[in-house]
Amino acid sequence: MILSVIFVSAFGAGAFAPRAYGTQYRNFPSAPPSRDFLLGTDDLGRDRLSRLLYGSRVSLLLAPAAALLATAVATTAGASAALLGGWSERACATATDLSLSLPWLFALMTVRAMLPLDVAPGLSITITFLLLGLLGWAAPARVVRAAVTSMRRSEFMLQARASGCSGFRLLIVHLLPNLRPVLFTQFLIAIPVFILSEANLGLLGLGVAEPIPSWGSLLRDLENFSELRVNPWLLAPAVLLAVVVTCFQLLVPSKESAA
Amino acid sequence: MWLRAIARQVCGLVLTVVLGGLAAATLVRLAPGFDVDERELDPRLSEASLQSIRIERVQERNLAWFYWNYLRRLTHGDLGVSHSLRRPVAELLLERGPVTLRLAGWGLLGGWVLALSLAMATTAWKQGALDFLSVSFASMFLCLPAAVIGLLVLFSGVAPAWAIALIVFPKIFGYARTLLGKAYHAPHVLQARAKGVRGVSILMRHVLPGTVPELLALAGVSVTMAFSAAIPIEAVGDVPGIGQLAWQAALGRDLPVLVSLTLLLMLLTRSANAAADVAISAVQAGQL
Repeated sequence: MILSVIFVSAFGAGAFAPRAYGTQYRNFPSAPPSRDFLLGTDDLGRDRLSRLLYGSRVSLLLAPAAALLATAVATTAGASAALLGGWSERACATATDLSLSLPWLFALMTVRAMLPLDVAPGLSITITFLLLGLLGWAAPARVVRAAVTSMRRSEFMLQARASGCSGFRLLIVHLLPNLRPVLFTQFLIAIPVFILSEANLGLLGLGVAEPIPSWGSLLRDLENFSELRVNPWLLAPAVLLAVVVTCFQLLVPSKESAA
Repeated sequence: MWLRAIARQVCGLVLTVVLGGLAAATLVRLAPGFDVDERELDPRLSEASLQSIRIERVQERNLAWFYWNYLRRLTHGDLGVSHSLRRPVAELLLERGPVTLRLAGWGLLGGWVLALSLAMATTAWKQGALDFLSVSFASMFLCLPAAVIGLLVLFSGVAPAWAIALIVFPKIFGYARTLLGKAYHAPHVLQARAKGVRGVSILMRHVLPGTVPELLALAGVSVTMAFSAAIPIEAVGDVPGIGQLAWQAALGRDLPVLVSLTLLLMLLTRSANAAADVAISAVQAGQL
């Protein structure tokens, strides 16, 4: 319910936001909350509430998209390795272990630094989404590989093989439908992880480029402690982020028990 | 048996160095500006000097030579030179490494003490309120980005190591709580409780020893978590460690620093996991 309200508000930012996210009201820099600016303005005079709504849209679009990409890559890698077995399974396991032994944020920063930092804002969203999705495959791949390995010797798989089914058809027709609960759970687990990762990247100045807001870039206002003490509403993005991540974390156990 | 485990882990580490080194070399090779040398624009250099610089660059274009040279320099501790700071990367790491090791070390210790204490308390005294409060407290820190936790710790005036402790403790607590909860219902523990053993004694003598292998595996994984958390903590807290160095290198697109740091950390975390695996084998060998 709470997630639905937040998602509707975020995706309907164009309709709900009182102003455009980039419009600067130079006569009202760092203004406190008022009837015109419900959450005040930032140092460039931009409406904080509008930026929060548009930023929520970016973060809530980006994280599930990246989670979908990571799950797709994980499924391809994990399921293929487990089905083929032998050296390809060992190679996949080694690649997964190497990838998981890398501190996640270091890997993100290294690959991000290879790419130009001063890109167009729209392109920076794509870069961030691709980075998260393509680097976040290892943990779900391990789970998918374990699940497929246990299904490989199950009775329905043996029957499918005995009927002459092999390779691609085995994967698509027989394995994937049975993997659906696992894949869906991994997708739901990945979303809050990617929301937090995007927030960390944005806070470090490596995420979505200005003027497009995201939760990460909005959280950079927290670095100014003296302003935070006077304007506690600067915590609004952090509170919203915490609520969304909590909701996703609560969603996963309920989906697991339903499955 | 555990000697074989050690040998297997050492082979894994060597493979990590080779594969990680090749991946690092590939990143440096593909990095924008690789084929450009600013020295060619220096009007003070003679034609002979420029020619030798060009010959050097021609050699580097040969992939096999490039990879071989990169690995050879790696084994001699030559990690290249930082483009932004104009200093050898190895020197920077030696200077800043101990700061991060201390920060991550204390943070891990604090996180483990907090997590295990809470997990043992919720296991031993099965009270709904205590369980709810512990889980809520842990969940609070799971929902915030590491950088925000770092800022909150910084504003409260507490040592930065506490930020790492608060980042790693919820994950350790969740896993430890489940482990200890399952172990508490093991047959030998039920028998001990039936014989009148209670409280801390049952936890320390019967529950914990059975969970040591899993906790050791978790300890290996928590090292990765701590070093990952070090970047935002050092960046926002202005701590002069390798996390801050990595962040500045990312902003300055200083790939030799970033690639070397990533390789080093991969090796460190693999070593921690390998040590945990060897310890698990030793414990299990002792239990057999």
